[in-house]
Amino acid sequence: MRNKETLVQWILAIVALSAIAVLALIIIFIFKEGSPIIARLGLTKFITGTKWSPTKGMFGIFPMILGSIQVTLGALLIGVPIGLATAIFLAEMAPPRTSRILKSAIQLLAGIPSVVFGFIGLVILVPFIRQWLGGPGFSVLAAAIVLGIMILPTIVSVCYDVLKAVPPAYREGMLALGATRWQAIKMVVLPAARPGIIASVILGMGRAIGETMAVIMVAGNATKIPVSPLEPVRTLTSNVALEMGYAIGEHREALFATGIVLFIIIALLNTLARIVARPEKV
Amino acid sequence: MTDRRVTLLFAGITGLTIVVLVFIIGYIMVNGLPGLTLSFLLESPREMGRTGGIFPAIVGTVLLTGIALFIAAPVGILTAVYLTEYTRDTWLPKVVRFGTESLAGIPSIIFGLFGFLFFVIYLDLGWSVLSGALTLSAMILPTIVRTSEEAIRAVPDAYREVSLALGSTRWQTVTSVVLPSAKPGIMTGVMLAIGRAIGETAAVIFTAGSSLRLPRTLLDSTRTLPVHFYILAREGISLENAYSTAFVLILLILAINIAAHTIMNRLTGKER
Amino acid sequence: MTETEAVSGRGTREDNNRGIPASGSTTKISARNFSFFYGEHCALRDVSLEIRRNQLFTIMGPSGSGKTTFLRALNRLGNLIPNTRHEGSLKIDGVDVYGKGVDVAELRRRVGMVFALPVALPMSIFSNVAHGPRMQGVRHPKELEEIVEKALRDAILWDEVKDRLSDNASRLSGGQLQRLSIARVLALEPEIILLDEPTSGLDPISTLRIEELLWELVERYTIVLVTHNPLQAARIDSKTAFFLMGELIETGSAYDIFTRPKDKRTEDYVSGKYG
Repeated sequence: MRNKETLVQWILAIVALSAIAVLALIIIFIFKEGSPIIARLGLTKFITGTKWSPTKGMFGIFPMILGSIQVTLGALLIGVPIGLATAIFLAEMAPPRTSRILKSAIQLLAGIPSVVFGFIGLVILVPFIRQWLGGPGFSVLAAAIVLGIMILPTIVSVCYDVLKAVPPAYREGMLALGATRWQAIKMVVLPAARPGIIASVILGMGRAIGETMAVIMVAGNATKIPVSPLEPVRTLTSNVALEMGYAIGEHREALFATGIVLFIIIALLNTLARIVARPEKV
Repeated sequence: MTDRRVTLLFAGITGLTIVVLVFIIGYIMVNGLPGLTLSFLLESPREMGRTGGIFPAIVGTVLLTGIALFIAAPVGILTAVYLTEYTRDTWLPKVVRFGTESLAGIPSIIFGLFGFLFFVIYLDLGWSVLSGALTLSAMILPTIVRTSEEAIRAVPDAYREVSLALGSTRWQTVTSVVLPSAKPGIMTGVMLAIGRAIGETAAVIFTAGSSLRLPRTLLDSTRTLPVHFYILAREGISLENAYSTAFVLILLILAINIAAHTIMNRLTGKER
Repeated sequence: MTETEAVSGRGTREDNNRGIPASGSTTKISARNFSFFYGEHCALRDVSLEIRRNQLFTIMGPSGSGKTTFLRALNRLGNLIPNTRHEGSLKIDGVDVYGKGVDVAELRRRVGMVFALPVALPMSIFSNVAHGPRMQGVRHPKELEEIVEKALRDAILWDEVKDRLSDNASRLSGGQLQRLSIARVLALEPEIILLDEPTSGLDPISTLRIEELLWELVERYTIVLVTHNPLQAARIDSKTAFFLMGELIETGSAYDIFTRPKDKRTEDYVSGKYG
């Protein structure tokens, strides 16, 4: 019986290691494929180069890095205020029943596939921007709006949980002092929930940077640096997805190198999220 | 600002979020419904999908998701069991937890790249059902681990103590008491993972390919519903069929999500 | 009326183990300088005591006195918490509980335990009782039925539940649930039964039923009962040990403990000076 227990424990440990094994394989294979070209071109030249022209052997991904940052910041600018306000309404203001139904509904938003978001952006948002704001429609703005909506469920559900975790005594203390509900939220609840809210922002950021299909469909994907939010843009993820289908040789290596840069950015964000969110956890 | 105004403002913003949700679903439904016929579901596409149905894509989606789940569910649940029931303070669980948390943050396009390099090329599985399913299983693993872990942790310790005190081994306790109690929670996690797998595009398009033919073996290339939808919409092949495909996709995912939330709500309802 | 009067009012019992054959008076459990630590915290210090076969042995003391720690040391359930360690020896039938090569699952089968809060495993009444035997490999339905019926009869629960064995066990009342917990343990035919404040959540009538049940069961089992309630110790009127702050203060018959305590601290406790 004891031997069997030990055996079970070993098998479980080995199975459990598969997650870390997959992670290791991902790192090994992507770095092996993408790092030679970075070594050949030099890291600085690769990430600060402004020209991406695979046929001429020019691989600079600076426009894409900038594009990812612009689109992501735009998405946060749209998604965070709306998401936080929604979370505050659901956690602090709405009656419990309403709150539960609306929360489930917003979770459904998380279930809609990214291609569908992209498609709606393509058929509604892009023509709208083209007609009313000018430019081609395919733009930083379109991508930011689509991504901003896509990160809403993440922001809402994380912020909601964080707000609910603030001890009721904090609120009651403020209310007992004669504060209004909004004053109590603003002065006590939100500051107490701040680490968790920041963590939700970082999570949303990770999702926005990593999103591919929805962005491809609305961003226009031009490889030059946009000077206005109405101009088209290409992100790191789109760069990979657009050209993977036909890339060969050095070109393909450059796409994997793009993947490495993306991977590192995401890893940094995740580490940041873990550090920021830690005090909340215990 | 007064309390009342703030509440109204925030209620308005929440309403806006809901309106966006309803609009997206409604828009797809209204436009997709006319093309949605039985023959659309049961026929193969013709002329690249301009006419005909989406049957192979439905088969491809079900195959990929099913196989991915077949791999990821046992691995994920056992990992969760290990993390909750078998860990003493050693380095191993920390490493495992780091692994699953990191995997959870990796964007799907990276999974696609990895799947392409490892399964398609290195293991020489080619663009195939198997490559796509294996890639998806890696992608949904963290979801299953995390939700199963939460569900297992929610099982009262008293159950474990009673079972152990009755002379059961740990493993017997896990299989006969802990897992049955955690089952609804685990099911919810599995359904969320299914939803994620069904809707995935980027990880699948480079690993399962985009063949329109019905796959005959696991090594045949196939195309899933989101990939089919993406190609129809982006290459402007047929907007009408794109809408209908999206409608089928959304219906599938909504059904699964609603089932998952029903289980979850019933669970939390019971706790109160 | 004080507790000591209550005891003397019911008369003296020289030997508190009624109807125990002489052969049963050998040592079943023995602790020698046994200490138990949670990390740095010493929960049990230098405890030495002996419990005889077919004895009903009551351990009383306030919360934090180490009585539950002692109980959980006996079936090694205390080791579920990380960073625990022990010193000294703790033996059952002369074999060290913490010795090398001890099969913990087998130990726990032999040393059954009933917890303070009655817990229904999330399954039917039948399965609750059958759980232990099933885990031991008993599969045959007929055999299981016999075991379950016997255990439920011995726990004086059979008549109340025989018509609804397949109901979920969580529907039982607190008192029934605690008798179900006892039946669950009996189904494994243990040698020792540990009870950790088994009546703390029960009403007076259910409590009395359990106390009477203990006196029936002790003819076949060795029973160690933990209670924080001196009144209960007095009512049960068995060999009693008094624990305080991790130390064994004194042992003796309930009568002695309540009427002629050797230690001032025992006297304070039985007269209600500790919570």
